[in-house]
Amino acid sequence: MSDRSRMRLLVLQVLIFSLLATLVGRLWFMQVVAGEEYAQAASDNRIREVVTPAVRGVILDARGRPLVQNRTTLVVSVDRSVLLDLPADGAAVVRRLAKLLGTTPTKLDKSLTLCGTDGAPPPPVCWNGSPYQPIPIAEDADPQVALQIMERAEDFPGVTAEMQAIRDYPAPYDVNAAQILGYLGPVTAEELDEAESRVGRGATLSRTDLVGRAGIEQVYDKFLRGKPGVKQLSVDSAGNVVGTVSNVDPSPGNYLVTNIDARVQSVVEDELQKALLLGRSQFDDNTGRYYRAQTGAAVVMEVDTGRVVAMASTPSYDPSIWVGGISNRQYRALSSQKAGTPLINRAIQGQYAPASTWKVVTTTAAVNAGYSLYGAYDCPSSLTIGTQVFNNYESSSYGPISFAKALEVSCDTVFYQLAYDMWLRQGGLDPKADVPEWIADAARGYGFGETTGVDLPGEASGRIADREFRRTYYAANRDYYCNFQKEAPKDQQTAYLVRFAQEFCLDGDQFRAGDAVLSAIGQGDMLSTPLQMARAYAAIANGGTLYKPQIGRAVMSPSGEVVKDFKPKEQGKLPASPETISYLQDALTSVTATGTAAWKFVGFPLGEIPVASKTGTGEVYGQQTTSWFASYAPADKPEYVVLMTVPEGGTGSGTSAPSVRRIYEALFGISGSTVNPKTAIIPGGKPIQQLPEIDADGTIQQPKDDGLPGNQVPGIPATSSTKTKQSRRRARP
Amino acid sequence: MTSGYPTTYAPPRRRGLAARAMGRGSTLRRLDWPLLMAALGLSLFGAVVVYSATRTVSAGGDPQAYLKKHLLNLVIGMALGLMTMLFDYRMLRAYAPFVYVASLIGLVAVLSPVGTSINGAQAWIPLPGGFTLQPSEFVKVALVVGLAMLLSDRRDAETEPSLPDVLLVLAVAALPLALVMLQPDLGTAVVMGMIVLGILAIAGTSLKWLVGLLATGALAAFAAVQLGVLDDYQINRLLAFTNPALDPQGIGYNTNQARIGVGSGGLFGTGLFEGSQTSGQFIPEQETDFIFSVVGEELGFIGSATLITLFAIVLWRAIHIATRAEDLFGALVATGIACWFTFQMFENIGMVIGIMPVTGVPLPFVSYGGSSMFANWMAIGLLENVHLRRALR
Repeated sequence: MSDRSRMRLLVLQVLIFSLLATLVGRLWFMQVVAGEEYAQAASDNRIREVVTPAVRGVILDARGRPLVQNRTTLVVSVDRSVLLDLPADGAAVVRRLAKLLGTTPTKLDKSLTLCGTDGAPPPPVCWNGSPYQPIPIAEDADPQVALQIMERAEDFPGVTAEMQAIRDYPAPYDVNAAQILGYLGPVTAEELDEAESRVGRGATLSRTDLVGRAGIEQVYDKFLRGKPGVKQLSVDSAGNVVGTVSNVDPSPGNYLVTNIDARVQSVVEDELQKALLLGRSQFDDNTGRYYRAQTGAAVVMEVDTGRVVAMASTPSYDPSIWVGGISNRQYRALSSQKAGTPLINRAIQGQYAPASTWKVVTTTAAVNAGYSLYGAYDCPSSLTIGTQVFNNYESSSYGPISFAKALEVSCDTVFYQLAYDMWLRQGGLDPKADVPEWIADAARGYGFGETTGVDLPGEASGRIADREFRRTYYAANRDYYCNFQKEAPKDQQTAYLVRFAQEFCLDGDQFRAGDAVLSAIGQGDMLSTPLQMARAYAAIANGGTLYKPQIGRAVMSPSGEVVKDFKPKEQGKLPASPETISYLQDALTSVTATGTAAWKFVGFPLGEIPVASKTGTGEVYGQQTTSWFASYAPADKPEYVVLMTVPEGGTGSGTSAPSVRRIYEALFGISGSTVNPKTAIIPGGKPIQQLPEIDADGTIQQPKDDGLPGNQVPGIPATSSTKTKQSRRRARP
Repeated sequence: MTSGYPTTYAPPRRRGLAARAMGRGSTLRRLDWPLLMAALGLSLFGAVVVYSATRTVSAGGDPQAYLKKHLLNLVIGMALGLMTMLFDYRMLRAYAPFVYVASLIGLVAVLSPVGTSINGAQAWIPLPGGFTLQPSEFVKVALVVGLAMLLSDRRDAETEPSLPDVLLVLAVAALPLALVMLQPDLGTAVVMGMIVLGILAIAGTSLKWLVGLLATGALAAFAAVQLGVLDDYQINRLLAFTNPALDPQGIGYNTNQARIGVGSGGLFGTGLFEGSQTSGQFIPEQETDFIFSVVGEELGFIGSATLITLFAIVLWRAIHIATRAEDLFGALVATGIACWFTFQMFENIGMVIGIMPVTGVPLPFVSYGGSSMFANWMAIGLLENVHLRRALR
């Protein structure tokens, strides 16, 4: 071996031993010098995460009255993993606990069963959360019970009683608003995955979280929910907390200020109920029984902004039924036909033939089609097209009259004739491509046939019956009607329907004269939601602008800053000239003064507060008439649209008008024939411009003019529950 | 005269087997006993800590399963070592090409569908009976022998290898190196690089070459990081190394837990089978790559220092054997093995105590694993072989 090699071997040897020395040196430092610290680290190796759920934001009315808030409640929870370590899976503890809570061990066992396991009861009953998370089994527990559990901890291993925040409905002025507010439900696995994929670790959702499932609780969920706090505690091998690794406080959810005014909402709910009762007290000569009037909807909206001040749908339900989980029976009741499906918000989900309220659309269409706004049109008692006879309502006849008069007295035959004429101009059964469908186009311009975009989930779009609709409807239903006697249930095989089916099967895709005539008076296949109609009348009132109906007014932080201010949003202009709109405004005003609604507005100070309105009485095959009343006031300086719909409720004026009148009386402070703005339920009877005041500590200033005790409500409750979960992640090397 | 001879005839005494084995000049006597004993000590040390690391894992199974397999590996390894030792290493030159090719075939087989992947590296060939074979371990042996053969062939007693020789060596080393990188097994690749560098250095290669190679390696590593050739987990390991506090629940979990384990051992350790980190299964891969954390935690600084001393003995003997080798071939074989053990040990212990980034290399003799044990003992066999041939001179 060369000297060079020998030399280098020596170098290598030195290198090797210095590497060894490095290791020994480092080990000396780690194990002897810094050993204590590492020993400490080893002893508090395990980290426990304590998740403190964020307190959900409160929902306020336009003046700061809480519609939904939180209250603390004693919740008894059971840690399943502790029970499973006990003999017989903790059967003795379950027995003792059941006795204490006044339930049976079997029932208790059911709520402690994980969803998806063998023999698990259906989801609301079984536990849908993590198996490691304590399962809440009793909310609003008696403090006495809680005390027993805490004092006899040795008898109740794994059972805890602690304060938690839950949803609470203070119902100022006894408002209900259940369908607007919506409710919370357990988070789904998909939502968890989605939330996780979006923000990665530290997802804002945990398995036991509740999220908005309907109404504004759903639409504004992300604002209301807040961020949960996570405290990482280091825990030694015996489970004793030895320190805090990190601590992120929960940030409470933001406040949602709505445009709903609790006082107005309360009045509207009451009046809707009264309208129903009034309807039920009237005898229906057509069907030979009293009006059913089981359901209804009412909307109050600011005409210049689209802000929804009140929205009622009946039947309703107590929103607190959702708190703490809903039972299967309760849920079935809420969605049952028999109970009138209280879950449905009829103001946005109910679709009804708009009847005579539609005539403003037809008038606009006729003017757009070239008929003079100031012309005179014959109003006979009936119109015969082919062999079909179309009667005026109650077969009145007025001779040649103006549009205004036709609207005022709600003459159908004027509009029949116009619609038939327009239909002929369009080519009748053989439509010309270059001639517009004036009525359908006007209807679209008024915002019908598509959702209004209101900030509520599940809105229906209504329907415009035009030529295109006939074609698609025919394509979809041809098979059914052509095989009607085979497919339809026996009780529907009436002579009328069988004949209808035969005709439909033959040429149901044709938009015939009869269809055109019915479309002129909002009958036949035309459908509108109450909110669509309210928006259309608001547009007439404000001079032609369609505003997006809006429930949410603003999002505010718990310390009072405005996070988001929802400004009024224009959606379009009515397909009518200012002249037409102005003409319509005058005509609608005389409906209340001298027309179909006048008999229900006797004694109302129309001089000071003129009301523009249109009655509607929708006919639906096999049902009683739908009562519509669309209106706005003051007619000379419009502020609010008030609309009410009562299906199977009778006539527009006979059933809905009295209630709408009383709503105006409350809105503007009218008593008898005198107007006193001081007594108005909204100060001065004018739309509210300011946001409610929220102090830095979260206290919400309450309206001074309220006759309610106390003018402050506390903000976020201080106590909240803590949930723990152990985190022991392992990584691959 | 008839009785000039002694009447009593004493036949030449045949020396007993034991005496012959122990006698002056006998193979057994001439063995490098410190080397053998240190390697055996390390292996048994390994058996104890592997047992400690695994006795709580096998739920329901045999708590001694790993211990038994480790001891079985040791016996097989020592047998392989004995075989390697017995035939003259100079004959090995003739076989070197075959050993080399066989190892290449093994590496290719691993990458084929025959191989299986553990922790992201396709490095194992499953065998019947639950055993696996890791060819990259044997490649180190082949590389040592192959390179030594190529560089020891000097026609004219020149002091440094010729340029073609160096290039040939690099080419021969590059092939298995590339295959190992494909698995990817960066740890083994770096160990192989160190073997190449060490053998080239001792063979007398000019300093320019050595510095150039080192620079190329560093540049390649830098480029690999920059160009994103590395997998995420490899980048994460580097990140966790440069910043030990990074994400202690995620990518830094392993090293963090291992450091806690070693550090909490203190001077004397928590006592065998008493380590909470060990018995609590806080450290993944504890019986293989992270075996040193068990030593550190349960046996403390004293135990760790003992282990490193045993390694020091092995390395001291390896260098000694290289220095005294009869020929350059023997010297280079011993050097290669010394470099192999040194770097692998340093990398392994270093990553556990946080002075090296994490790569998956086993601690020689100590980590659980058959292929590693076999290769290590074959290396001991080679060292003894070189040692024995010198003594005969």
